[in-house]
Amino acid sequence: MTAIIHPDTPVDRIAAQTSFRVAKPVRGLSDRAIAWLFVTPTIALLLAINIFPLIWMIRLSFTSLNLSMSYLPMRFVGLDNYVDILTDEDVWNRLQTTARFVISTVALQVVIGFGLALLINRQFRSHSFWTTIILLPMMLSPAVVGNFWTLLFQPQIGPFNYVVSLFTGIAPSSFSMTGEVALAPWTIVLVDTWMWAPYVMLICLAGLRSIPDYIYEAAEVDRASSWRQFWSITLPMTMPFLMLAVLFRAIENFKMFDMVNLLTSGGPGSTTELVSITLKRAAFEKWRTGYSSALAIILFVTVFGAANIYVKALNRVKQR
Amino acid sequence: MRKSATVKWSKWVGGALALFAGVALTAVANQPAAAQGKQLTLCWAAWDPANALVELGKDFTKESGIEMKYEFVPWTSYADRFLNELNSHGKLCDLIIGDSQWIGGAAENHWYIKLNDFFAKEHISMADFVPATVLGYSEWPKNTPNYWALPAMADAVGWTYRKDWFSRPEIQAEFKKKYSRDLAPPKTYEELKQIAEFFEGREIDGKKVYGAYIFTERGSEGITMGVTNVLYNYGFNYDNPKKPYQMAGFVNSPDAAKGLEFYKALYKCCTAPGMTNAYMQEGLDAFKSGQVAMQMNWFAFFPGLYKDPNVGGDKIGFFVNPAGPQGHFTQLGGQGISVVATSDHQDDALRYIKWFAQPAVQQKWWEIGGYSALKAVVDAPGFPKSAPFAPQFLESMGIVKDFWAEPAYAQLLLDMQKRVHDYVVADKGTAQQALDQLVRDWTKVFKEEGKAVAAE
Repeated sequence: MTAIIHPDTPVDRIAAQTSFRVAKPVRGLSDRAIAWLFVTPTIALLLAINIFPLIWMIRLSFTSLNLSMSYLPMRFVGLDNYVDILTDEDVWNRLQTTARFVISTVALQVVIGFGLALLINRQFRSHSFWTTIILLPMMLSPAVVGNFWTLLFQPQIGPFNYVVSLFTGIAPSSFSMTGEVALAPWTIVLVDTWMWAPYVMLICLAGLRSIPDYIYEAAEVDRASSWRQFWSITLPMTMPFLMLAVLFRAIENFKMFDMVNLLTSGGPGSTTELVSITLKRAAFEKWRTGYSSALAIILFVTVFGAANIYVKALNRVKQR
Repeated sequence: MRKSATVKWSKWVGGALALFAGVALTAVANQPAAAQGKQLTLCWAAWDPANALVELGKDFTKESGIEMKYEFVPWTSYADRFLNELNSHGKLCDLIIGDSQWIGGAAENHWYIKLNDFFAKEHISMADFVPATVLGYSEWPKNTPNYWALPAMADAVGWTYRKDWFSRPEIQAEFKKKYSRDLAPPKTYEELKQIAEFFEGREIDGKKVYGAYIFTERGSEGITMGVTNVLYNYGFNYDNPKKPYQMAGFVNSPDAAKGLEFYKALYKCCTAPGMTNAYMQEGLDAFKSGQVAMQMNWFAFFPGLYKDPNVGGDKIGFFVNPAGPQGHFTQLGGQGISVVATSDHQDDALRYIKWFAQPAVQQKWWEIGGYSALKAVVDAPGFPKSAPFAPQFLESMGIVKDFWAEPAYAQLLLDMQKRVHDYVVADKGTAQQALDQLVRDWTKVFKEEGKAVAAE
């Protein structure tokens, strides 16, 4: 029996319209070869903009290269840059500042984001309007957020201090949110939470919506209280989503730069200097290319390692 | 009939085209540069004097036919942006007005072309310029006749004050009663602090005002450019004048530590709230909004402040950075103009520098808001009366000191920014510890640079 070809499928129509000259070079190629043909440009691009710079950076991290003194010969210094970084008290202080920032922001964002998701998950009037309002901060650029919060925190004309004054009676110009050692770290946590808690909410909302109603109906039949339902159904079933949100936010905040740079420039002193700001200063202000490459590699390995361990934990939770 | 009309018409069009081509060619011959689309890009910071330079540059275009294009970047990203450009051998700038501290790196890394031969050929003598500006903006190595820039914008730190507040009889009387002297622009930092304390929190015209505005910015160079005005006058030196790069005992001398303590005391007692990360623009805003009695800032901004409708004119006065117990100096600002080594238009760029160095152009530069470093302009008999801040500018240029201009200046600067900001604003450690730490940081940088650093 002869197979009948239907020329009315899109693939066949395109094949019929392709000129012989174009079709000739690929005619006779295997599916695997054609697949490679399509994938090769992407792989080449990936190699050019990701893999090659990474390998180049690893190489530079073992050298003395300093671009402000490019007239000096570039020397191979072995592990000197790594030893320098790992024995530098300032770098450890910056890593601690970063860890504190990541833990506080992620914890707050998970609590607030999950709370908001629980609220938004209920049906109420103007539900869509409030969802949009809550999501607005995360749609803004960090540069915009940094600039307008700088204005809001201005001790003399910024409304934030006036609102605090209204509730506490403290004179508005007697404190500076971004300029005081005790307040500045909380200021960056506050702004980051304001901006990114909606993102966590969005992920949690997806988790909440994925829980089938019949599970709650069964729980109701078993006369489980709302509290019990939350602990036994809602929380365990949204846990993979929550963990995913934690992963995304932790990675993102570990490399946080723009917003903090605009709000405090790492100050007062070095109080809010996250390790990404240290890296930027070493690489593009001090021009210590070898040293900053080593620091970048250390940070990359740290984030990559921590993320891998975390993803394994996440998979275990999902399998339960 | 029809054919002959067509021939006539085509002859007419041909004639017109020939005439047009002739006119166009004549125009090309008369205005060679403009018609050939010659253009120079000049890179600088985005601030008041840059606007004056644009105005001045129109004369150059008129004279040479070369169009001027400008790339102005805000001060906060000026160094990052242009050092990146120079480091990457970019072709954005043909001419650059680079900061004084860049000169070492620019010379050693061959970012700028050396101007000695050009100066000799065009009879441009560095002896015609204010010595401090030649040393600060042009020479590398320092104190050697190797020139990489023409002094373009002389500048230093000075102070403005509210002359109208100072002259009020009730304020004067109260000040005299409290301090047993007249309220007048301070000559020493002790006097400045007293005046600042006097005004701090005072109500003037129904508004709470503050004593002084000083630089505290963390990210680029702000707090260093502020604190050095006090440190120099309290005995701080970058190194041993007899033994280069020997910093211990000079950077962290007990006198220098006292100077740093003084700056912190001034910051704590007498500045407006929230001035924890403030530099030039914040100072201008604070002064223009009538918030402070005295303001530290660069002379470059004084023409604009004098013209300000709210605080300028009779309301503003100027004074030189006050002296300290160990001397009288002020921080050098300003820049020289250089030709970028990677520029494809070096001849035209040199032509601009030749034009810019002319006394008439320098005179106009001063008149429209720039600060000339040419002696013929600043030493002219009429100069002190040419602007209300001219005498103070002249005096300041005689007492300037500059930060390191080494190739590794950025590292040295950021180390100082960190140590000083940590102590002054973030209350971390003592002044002595901050300066001791700074000596350690700087020693490490110089060793990296291959310099022999003497310990004691």
